[in-house]
Amino acid sequence: MALLDVRNISVEVDEAEILHGVSLEINKGETHVLMGPNGAGKSTLGYALMGNPNYRVTQGDIYFNGLSIKDESADKRAKAGLFLSFQNPLEVPGITLSSFIRNAIVQQTGEKVKFSEFKKNLKESMELLSFDESYKDRDLNAGFSGGEKKKAEILQLLMLKPSLAILDETDSGLDVDAVRTVSKGIEAYQKKKEGALLIITHSTRILESLKVDRTHILVKGRIVKTGDASLVQEINEHGFEAYL
Amino acid sequence: MSDSKAGVKDVDLSIYDFRYEEKDFYRVDEGLTEDIVRQISKEKKDPEWMADFRLESLETYRKMDIPEWGPDISGLNMDDIVTYVRPNTEMKAKWSDVPDDIKNTFERLGIPDAERKSLAGVGAQYDSELVYHNVKEEVKEQGVVYTDMESALTNYEDMVREHFMKLVPPTDHKFAALHGAVWSGGSFVYVPPGVSVEIPLQSYFRLNAPGAGQFEHTLIIVSEGADLHFIEGCSAPKYNVANLHAGCVELYVGKNAHLRYSTIENWSKNMYNLNTKRAICEEGALMEWVSGSFGSHVSYLYPMTILKGDNSHVEFTGITFAGKGQNLDTGSKVIQIGKNTSSAIDTKSISKDGGISTFRSAVTIMPDADNAKTSISCASLMLDDRSRSDTVPALDIRTQDADVGHEAKIGRISDDAIFYLMSRGISENEARAMIVSGFANPVSKELPLEYAVEMNNLIHLEMEGN
Repeated sequence: MALLDVRNISVEVDEAEILHGVSLEINKGETHVLMGPNGAGKSTLGYALMGNPNYRVTQGDIYFNGLSIKDESADKRAKAGLFLSFQNPLEVPGITLSSFIRNAIVQQTGEKVKFSEFKKNLKESMELLSFDESYKDRDLNAGFSGGEKKKAEILQLLMLKPSLAILDETDSGLDVDAVRTVSKGIEAYQKKKEGALLIITHSTRILESLKVDRTHILVKGRIVKTGDASLVQEINEHGFEAYL
Repeated sequence: MSDSKAGVKDVDLSIYDFRYEEKDFYRVDEGLTEDIVRQISKEKKDPEWMADFRLESLETYRKMDIPEWGPDISGLNMDDIVTYVRPNTEMKAKWSDVPDDIKNTFERLGIPDAERKSLAGVGAQYDSELVYHNVKEEVKEQGVVYTDMESALTNYEDMVREHFMKLVPPTDHKFAALHGAVWSGGSFVYVPPGVSVEIPLQSYFRLNAPGAGQFEHTLIIVSEGADLHFIEGCSAPKYNVANLHAGCVELYVGKNAHLRYSTIENWSKNMYNLNTKRAICEEGALMEWVSGSFGSHVSYLYPMTILKGDNSHVEFTGITFAGKGQNLDTGSKVIQIGKNTSSAIDTKSISKDGGISTFRSAVTIMPDADNAKTSISCASLMLDDRSRSDTVPALDIRTQDADVGHEAKIGRISDDAIFYLMSRGISENEARAMIVSGFANPVSKELPLEYAVEMNNLIHLEMEGN
């Protein structure tokens, strides 16, 4: 049984259909890459999978661990083990990064978190991401630079340990060093937590150190080609021209 | 957004709505007459000047009109209000001596607990009299006076006479006049020159009898170079009869002195809260207000600061939460007289379920106030389409070189922010509560820990879903 089984879904935003019958299967621990030109509907797929109420699934179904999650709210999907790293993470004043993560863990697991253990894990994960420790006491994303916001997303990924993480253009707007740091975090998630990934990206830099199982090309709301890791290289060299 | 989507409903404050059977031994007739005022004076053994003061105030009260510029208070009928209720107990020095029914009420409000947390002293007001009062020895040894107003009138008569309703004269407005006529209870604090009171002094006011108004008077004198933090907390049970609160707070902040006055007012939702608070700052003084307004049906609350001395400063930090059936008109006033004075007003308001929250400020910079600065900032969060938030900032600048800043923001919680938090496994209700708590955080972090926790609990109560 696939971890994620997307069966022929169409998705509407503001009454305009963006995705037209998309199917996708991701197994436990697999890494998939979703590429495509601007406006193809890549982020729409991410939002629809995570359950953003503004992204309506009008056709098809989404199964996660064998159960339909199409009608579940985003928090239920998160509790089931789904995670979305946002392209533009929102700023939430008045809640510190560490208390937010701790709160999210408590809400997801329904269990109390041992403070000393939490502190240790947070410190280790922040070190892995070369994320200045002082950020844990800053308000969630408030006044963070683009790179810091992305680090904060990957930090949440490492702390929340989902079984499938969708990364929506985590590499966009980052310099070379930041991409390298962030992919170190993603690699750790992939290896240590045996996490599955759906990586939405324009570029290939973030994929350099990651083992990729499948690559999908999304154009105008449809998956037009699926292949192995070599497809990434092909797109890298020739662009999407051949698929438009 | 619809109710079902928001999933938030009006607050159930029932956890605070507890009361015990009344046991009054003295209760005046309903309605306000000269005889009632005389009775109060007699009962309280007022000195002659105070008895006269009350009667003059009553005259003023009769002559003045009810204010018409703010929220509607026509639901308030003065003839229904028993102005004076005195609990059946004498002043107690030890907690164990306080009668059980009164003690139970305070136990549930956590007063002895707060005391254990090494607050300097607890003056808890049950109805109109202080029933429990204990100032720690170390504070007393510093020469600090912390007592109820009645005792102060006996033991510190000259000081009271010099300051009582001089900052807020009965002619200020109709409810100040009413206060002057029927005031009862409250706290008196005197901090001698140069004395720093290390731990905050705290008073907890509470109304209990149905239909009883409360007119407590707080008079605080912080002498030159002295430092004090005073905390006022309020919680009242809910009744069907309209309740009135017309307290008065007068704060005298001496040269280079510092006073921080923190309040969380959580009146029951049928209360008319027409409270007057005012501070005057001498040269180099610093006044800080931290003010949280939660309960009440209608509130008029605009703590005022007069920056009389050169180089004196005021900072006002406030939050107001207006839910169903509430019209809360709050803000702050400042008059800058001295040179190089500065004022900073920073407020937040939250309205929900048709609640109305109005921010009203008035800053006056007088002609001699050279190099004055003022900054006013208010942010309002509306949790649904039925609620209302207004901003009425008034500025009267009479100098050429004033540095004036004003900023007003009104917003809603974005759906994207809710979705972001939900994508981390947080429920929609919890996500909203987190965002509102975060919005209130700049205020709660100014409060002592146990009050910050209480305020956070209040916000969660207000936000709680089905």
